[in-house]
Amino acid sequence: MSSSSIDNVQPSTSAQNNTSDELEPGACPDSILDPTDSFEEFASEMSSSLQSRHIALTTKSSTISEIQCEINKDFKESSEIKSTKSSEDLQNKNDSMSESGSSSNLIDQNNEELDSDKEDYLHSPELINKEKHVFILSSAGKPIYSRYGNEDKLAGLCGVIQALVSVVEDQNHDILRSITTKDCKTVFLVKGPLILVAISKSNESETQLVLQLTYAFNQIVSVLTLTQLNRIFEQRRNYDLRRLLSGAERLIDNLLIFMEKDPAFLLGAVRCLPLPEKSRESITNAITSTCNKIRDLVFAILIAGNQLITLVRMKKYTLHPSDIHLLFNLVRSTESFKSAESWTPICLPKFDASGFLHGHVSYIAEDCQACLILLTVQRDAFFPLSQAKHTIAEKLRRSNCLGAINDALNRNEDLPTTNPLRHIGILEIRHFMYKCKSTAQLFTSDPVSIDRPQDNRTRPKEGGDIVEKKIEKLSDIDYVSNYRKFCSQIHCTSTPAKLIFRSNSDNTILAWVTNGFELYVTFDALMEKDQAIKAVDRLLRWIKKEEQRIFIMNAPTF
Amino acid sequence: MKVIEAKIVVLGSQGVGKTSLVVRYIGKMFSKHISPTIGASFFTCNISVDDARVKLQVWDTAGQERFRSMAPMYYRNANAALLVFDISSLNSFQAIKGWVKELQSNVPEPMVMSVVGNKCDLESSRAVPHAEAAQYAASIGAQYCETSALHDQGIEQVFVTTAAALLRLAGAGTNLRSYDSADEDRLLSGAPTEETPTHTGRIELPAWSIDNIAHGEPRNTCC
Ligand SMILES: Nc1nc2c(ncn2[C@@H]2O[C@H](COP(=O)(O)OP(=O)(O)OP(=O)(O)O)[C@@H](O)[C@H]2O)c(=O)[nH]1
Ligand SMILES: [Mg+2]
Repeated sequence: MSSSSIDNVQPSTSAQNNTSDELEPGACPDSILDPTDSFEEFASEMSSSLQSRHIALTTKSSTISEIQCEINKDFKESSEIKSTKSSEDLQNKNDSMSESGSSSNLIDQNNEELDSDKEDYLHSPELINKEKHVFILSSAGKPIYSRYGNEDKLAGLCGVIQALVSVVEDQNHDILRSITTKDCKTVFLVKGPLILVAISKSNESETQLVLQLTYAFNQIVSVLTLTQLNRIFEQRRNYDLRRLLSGAERLIDNLLIFMEKDPAFLLGAVRCLPLPEKSRESITNAITSTCNKIRDLVFAILIAGNQLITLVRMKKYTLHPSDIHLLFNLVRSTESFKSAESWTPICLPKFDASGFLHGHVSYIAEDCQACLILLTVQRDAFFPLSQAKHTIAEKLRRSNCLGAINDALNRNEDLPTTNPLRHIGILEIRHFMYKCKSTAQLFTSDPVSIDRPQDNRTRPKEGGDIVEKKIEKLSDIDYVSNYRKFCSQIHCTSTPAKLIFRSNSDNTILAWVTNGFELYVTFDALMEKDQAIKAVDRLLRWIKKEEQRIFIMNAPTF
Repeated sequence: MKVIEAKIVVLGSQGVGKTSLVVRYIGKMFSKHISPTIGASFFTCNISVDDARVKLQVWDTAGQERFRSMAPMYYRNANAALLVFDISSLNSFQAIKGWVKELQSNVPEPMVMSVVGNKCDLESSRAVPHAEAAQYAASIGAQYCETSALHDQGIEQVFVTTAAALLRLAGAGTNLRSYDSADEDRLLSGAPTEETPTHTGRIELPAWSIDNIAHGEPRNTCC
């Protein structure tokens, strides 16, 4: 692939004028989501020193206890609430359980006998020729997770990784961040008691790989809490974490696939289900009017097909997009939520890594695949929340909102957002993605097509091989993968680009970042610059016009 | 008509088929696409036995180790427990014994226990002899059934005998909520509609006496 030109020029005047005197499409004064810079994780990882790394992970006040205190203060009926020191109780219990685990010893013995086989295993078809490996191990070098193959047989490799990391730390007082060879990047991330490694032949940058490893770490925190994770390894450095993670590997498997395909991760933003303004408003009202008396409720979140429908929150608290992504991943990976109401502990690492919220999770109706997640700090709240769910579902049905949700999910042809490019009539544009920075929301011309994940962890071990294929027609995923390079240049910390316009034999890509938004557009290979700017101008105008439908433009509270 | 409300908790190792069992009975189907339970799932059903009705709240718990510590939340105040293992996995049978000990020391009220050997369609890879499981069940005063969620075998019986035992437990004057359905209608809706049972059943097994129902260590608790 030969790229012909890189231009860091100012955008043409017409496009700039259009957006400078009004709010960017999608922007609104109040946001339900924390605004993000897609590369904040990376920036913070990179600036971390050896000492600060440890401190950052251990000292942080707990938002959950803060909320519990608030509730206690407001209502003096403390007897009932005292029993809700939820996360603590859960974790103490778990520690006592873990004492009985003896599987770790067994594995140790096996390792020594089989060391010679290990070498061969690294060359087995299960492992070679994969586009991207991800390994997670404890800082003592014990395997915890491998994207492909069998962790048990990878003890040797994990030992090597652990040795590499600790040699650099102990002897050079430095941090090993990455190793780059001709066709392969290896990125290391040490977080708390874990070492995470990605070995990639994809076009993802080091930054993007670090971001993915951070997500994988957060996924583990989300099922265990950071408090529990740290405590386990403080008590037993040699602990075999796979015991506690058993069944959660598939969440990491699915998350890795999800991140490679969905631009929401690349941009640190959340996609909303496009809905008529009226419908979204009545959905939100149905939730607020039902839930405003339930005082322990922190968030009520309605999602469908990896898109946010609405989020109602306790005053003062917002969510970080990455916590929402973990919720999307959980719901997408858990077919059994469809069969009944579930009650489950969920830790949202950005919100509060130290404890669990309790989640009432259920699909809103047989005939509507939207999933309602009610998150509370009260561990005994299942029945009131179950009641609330039924009331909300009833209200949504009566106001015909279920129909509106279904139309959007089924991509009804009559909706302007179903096929935006055809609807606007800009045929020069093949694909685009737009992020409104202040609200951390995103919109793309195509939905991302991700298959339903496998239910049991047998299949994800296969696949993921590098395949050389001549692409006839680009899929949405190919477009997004093409944007990665541009995305890293725009977010490059040393010399960030504001506008990139670049052609190769296949297509022309424009990437443009302002204070308010990021925009990535793919055109035909022969697109001229001024023509492209004109098309982008029309596109932005259309997004502005449809912003109420495409984005969540308010930040409702209970 | 006599109506009682009871809470039943389903316990057992990861992947033994707890959810498949419950979904087979309540949803009348089997799906290969059931994923591991996260936390616990809540179901309800009504079972008519003779001329009485049992309203069951079913808590289907997750077998994954990380949820182990949540279990007390679900078996607290439970009136019955289904202890499910997979007949092709000896470990899952051993795990049942751990659960029984935990229930016996943490649940002071009398509780109907049923030991269920699921996946009996996998006879060829059986790892737990029928006699051994039955003997163990008898030793803790529980019934023993073998089931297959895949082929819909034996499941009806598990629930119906449990419901019948719960009725006897209620008759013996325990903390089970029971009332007359006429009262219930007045209480709940005012409308004199007769709620239709979702399930009916007839018990073929000879009934056990109340002495056979497992008790935890008697203990003085205030609530
Ligand atoms: N052959 C056979 N397979 C079964 C039977 N019941 C369940 N399975 C299979 O066993 C696997 C696990 O079933 P689940 O119902 O999810 O098991 P569970 O006990 O609920 O598992 P957790 O929720 O993780 O605790 C699934 O693949 C089922 O298809 C059965 O009676 N026979
Ligand atoms: Mg289950």
